Amino acid sequence: MDKSFTERRRRELLVAASLTVVAALVPLFIKNPNVQNIMILTLMFGALSQSWNILSGYCGQISLGHALYFGLGAYTTTLLFTKFGVPPWFGMLAGGAISALIAMALGYPCFRLGGHYFAIATIVIAEIGLLLIQNWEWAGAALGIEMPVRGDSWLKFQFARSKLPYFYFALALACIAWFVTWLLEDSKWGYWWRAVKDNPDAAQSLGVVVFDSKMGAAAVSAFLVAIGGSFYAMYVSYIDPGSVMGFQFSLLMALPAVLGGIGTLWGPLLGAIILIPLTELTRSYIGGSGRGVDLIVYGTLIVVIALARPEGLIGLFSRRKGATR
Amino acid sequence: MGLLYGLIAVGLALIFGLMDVVNFAHGEFLMLAMYVTFFLFTFFAIDPLLSAPLAAAALFVLGAVVYLVIVRFAMRAKANVGMVQIFATFGLAIVMRGLAQLFFTADYRSVPNSWLGGKTVSVAGIFLPQPQLFGALVAIAAFGGLYLFINRTDFGRALEATREDPGAVALVGIDKNRVFALGWGLGAALVGLAGAIMASFFYIYPDVGASFALIAYVTVALGGFGSVFGAFAGGIIVGLVEATTALVLPPSLKSVGIYAVYLLVVFVRPRGLFGSM
Repeated sequence: MDKSFTERRRRELLVAASLTVVAALVPLFIKNPNVQNIMILTLMFGALSQSWNILSGYCGQISLGHALYFGLGAYTTTLLFTKFGVPPWFGMLAGGAISALIAMALGYPCFRLGGHYFAIATIVIAEIGLLLIQNWEWAGAALGIEMPVRGDSWLKFQFARSKLPYFYFALALACIAWFVTWLLEDSKWGYWWRAVKDNPDAAQSLGVVVFDSKMGAAAVSAFLVAIGGSFYAMYVSYIDPGSVMGFQFSLLMALPAVLGGIGTLWGPLLGAIILIPLTELTRSYIGGSGRGVDLIVYGTLIVVIALARPEGLIGLFSRRKGATR
Repeated sequence: MGLLYGLIAVGLALIFGLMDVVNFAHGEFLMLAMYVTFFLFTFFAIDPLLSAPLAAAALFVLGAVVYLVIVRFAMRAKANVGMVQIFATFGLAIVMRGLAQLFFTADYRSVPNSWLGGKTVSVAGIFLPQPQLFGALVAIAAFGGLYLFINRTDFGRALEATREDPGAVALVGIDKNRVFALGWGLGAALVGLAGAIMASFFYIYPDVGASFALIAYVTVALGGFGSVFGAFAGGIIVGLVEATTALVLPPSLKSVGIYAVYLLVVFVRPRGLFGSM
């Protein structure tokens, strides 16, 4: 039993490594910028969803306000760069640190709440953040803020001519998010989180420090999401409050994990790989008319997957694996 | 204005608060009711006041159908029921918005010259806009009706019992799906009323529901789940807080006050003001 477990862990690592190598080679052959854009977004949403999954999937604290941390990462990086000339690399770490601190500060009162009260509190907090930024003149208010283009450079992480650096960064992001989850899954924390999710009272009585484990999950999750936000800001080089901090975005971030398999290692990536290309394709092929057909298709898809596979699409794989064994 | 939020929230209080089912398409129900009212007015010159029962009836059917076609299956999920409900209804909301864009276009519509619209009434020297006043009266009536309905009728008791233990109620001969489909219909019908009244003084467009839905959620949670009276009180508090915030902060920040009060209340009372769940 124990041996097969270590074996499975090692196999997961191998699969991940080979997938990474394959993914890294793909853009060398596919040069179409639209396709590359979709791949970058897929990796980014995979990473975001994986990070969201740490708090909401493993630890069971359903957050519908993670756009707050995404927005914080994006805004910290952009403001530090445009106002003070700080390279995005530092802005990214600063954004992550700020988000993690804020997540813990907010978690302190919020983690006493249960169920719907908690979820609504997360929505409301993100919404307050959105309104404050929308009314903050110095940070561009509702219009948003643009990254000045200062030529290609690794230091400033700007590349006008090629999408490749962005692609590799997004890939690294997805790998880091996956690897952190993989590490935590088998750590003391991972077991605590699942115990907290299943039955907080029982966990508490067995000596799990429930409150601290929630705080830990929130900090890790917020940090990683903020890094994703920084990346997004550098990639699109223009951010506005509505699109990076809106409630809609909180849901979009959670969606791949839910469709792929909430609280699972591979679910968020699988969900992103299926969902993001579909989203982008429906938008670009039938969304051009502006008549809402893309929304109808997209919405129907979500309803159908949610109802048909409540445990996530990952269930398809494990069943097949079980059958061949 | 507070009672108006209350009116929007009363339907949600039934679906979300009493039946404990998440409905992220609540705002889109409201949007649809407003469009129903708009079209009845434009094509048949039926005043929003008269079309309110029609909108309520239309929404009743919609609510029951949505329950039978989507929510029933979402509730049956074995794994993470909450998330399945959230995303099934969120997907529905997106579809409804898309359909509204497709058939009604994204243009802003309004119902001009209704019986109530734009008129004011003077009460002791204070001028009150008639539609809001009427909405407030309807809200009080709706809450009163719902309160009596839940606490005094067999159906109301069946509804609460079904939420508590669907297996046990089946033993005493209550059909869970029938009770919940009626509950959804009723919840949607109440939103229908709200939509019809709001159509006479609000612009109507496909995304109109989103902002109201969030406040409706806060209203229900502020009052506490499982309490009709709580949602009513929540509505009044939300309205008062919004008006007070608007005096102190710029208008674009007026919702911050509502959200802050929600947080303060649940930090002190984790089950809302009058919540039992």
